[in-house]
Amino acid sequence: MDQIQRTLLEQVADLHEVPAGAYNIRENGQLFGRNTTANIDIVTKEDKPGIDIRIKPGTRNESVHIPVILSQSGMKDLVYNDFYIGEDCDVTIVAGCGIHNGGDKTSEHDGIHSFHIGRNARVRYVEKHYGQGDGKGRNILNPETIVEMEQGSFLEMEMVQIRGVDSTKRVTSAVLGPQASLVIKEKLMTHGEQTAETYFSVDLNGEGSSTNVISRTVAKDRSKQKLLMKINGNNACAGHSECDSIIMDEASVQAIPEITANSTEASLVHEAAIGKIAGEQLIKLMTLGLTEKEAEDAIVNGFLR
Amino acid sequence: MLELKNITYQVEDENRTIQILKDVNVVFEDRFTAITGPNGGGKSTMAKLIAGIIRPTAGRIYMDGEDITDLSVTDRAKRGISFAFQQPVRFKGITVKELIRYAAGKDITTADACNYLSEVGLCARDYIHREVNASLSGGELKRIEIAMIIARGTAVSVFDEPEAGIDLWSFQNLIQVFEHMHDKIGGNIIIISHQERILDIADKIVVVSGGTVTATGRREEILPALLNSNSGCKKLMDRM
Repeated sequence: MDQIQRTLLEQVADLHEVPAGAYNIRENGQLFGRNTTANIDIVTKEDKPGIDIRIKPGTRNESVHIPVILSQSGMKDLVYNDFYIGEDCDVTIVAGCGIHNGGDKTSEHDGIHSFHIGRNARVRYVEKHYGQGDGKGRNILNPETIVEMEQGSFLEMEMVQIRGVDSTKRVTSAVLGPQASLVIKEKLMTHGEQTAETYFSVDLNGEGSSTNVISRTVAKDRSKQKLLMKINGNNACAGHSECDSIIMDEASVQAIPEITANSTEASLVHEAAIGKIAGEQLIKLMTLGLTEKEAEDAIVNGFLR
Repeated sequence: MLELKNITYQVEDENRTIQILKDVNVVFEDRFTAITGPNGGGKSTMAKLIAGIIRPTAGRIYMDGEDITDLSVTDRAKRGISFAFQQPVRFKGITVKELIRYAAGKDITTADACNYLSEVGLCARDYIHREVNASLSGGELKRIEIAMIIARGTAVSVFDEPEAGIDLWSFQNLIQVFEHMHDKIGGNIIIISHQERILDIADKIVVVSGGTVTATGRREEILPALLNSNSGCKKLMDRM
């Protein structure tokens, strides 16, 4: 593995070496390395690009890493990854895509992930997107995530995109069964001329299902963000969405919360706020000896943690 | 030592000039100086001028003989001025430990954080990893604000109404905080306060009213007159 590949892997999956446990590393559209375990199987799809990840019922304290790295300028990669998580599992899945674009052509990765989460399973899913490179080529990432949650299951999704992605359109949709619970934490920062659109749609179909969708974003320079959060309460359920954005420079942020109750027992709340960094926050940190730039960075980094 | 020399501060409001401070002269060279006086008299404006958050319309500010009037907030902080806000600021995502680390200007251990937080009656274990956000009460924020000033340990520390919002915490503790601070750090501690018990520990009292210093001197000279000047006010002060 060369230095660029190592950096990308570190950025998107916090990996310094090949991970312990199951993994599938995809590089420039090809399989770079794979490991399966007694409980976690990874199989290449035959009808389309991508993999099936099957986790046996009752698998606990295991992890799967499936990072994708693109280091060849002009690479377009489309991949379908399907996760089948058995009943009573307790697992961590780390995905993510890192692009190094040193050329002038557009690099693009579109990952379509489907999750089938069995009864009473607990899953933590971490997805990081990152771009770098000094070429003029654009880095584009368009992930789509489709989630089906069975009774009593729990999924926490942490989706992070902090740097270097010129254009992204992220679509996440989830359907929840009885007592299923979904937590989504999105962290997004755009800069330069970047554009980012994220669409979350959660259907609370089961009795006692719940979701909490939290998005924190920072838009710098002339970047543009559009954030849509949609929750449909179709049963006795609880849904909360929160969209909190810091806007800087000449950026633009559009937040569209949408909640629909189709049951009198549905309890839905949304919150959305967009604003610049409060002057008093900057001044407080400056009275501690930070420069204005250091204070700004501290506030943004804390906000996106 | 800090000196305000011929300080005037005025603001423009709808084509009208409002004088907030008029030709104020004060020297802060004691352990504890209390600035007191009615609300709206210009006390907090003085604190902001010292910290560099606002600049005087006229006059100069000297620290140990050096003219610091044109220094930025950051440069004054580095030069050794600390300022505890009357209404502490909340930060989403920044933890108590990080704020104290910024204040200390260096990496701190949990034991260090414990030293600072226990001074203000907070158990570090319960607080260091908490975000300085809306989940903290006004009283907790106020104590953390004071802990930051202790962590900074600078030559000049300005507290704007440190007692406001601190409930169920005896003033004796607050006073001890200031005394410990002085024992450890030395320097000049400037406290804006309406509280008789805080005025009681001051070496010097500066009374600011209507934008001017109406009285200044040793506590023994100023406090009795202040308490006797208006019995209604004393009652009010005791109740606050």
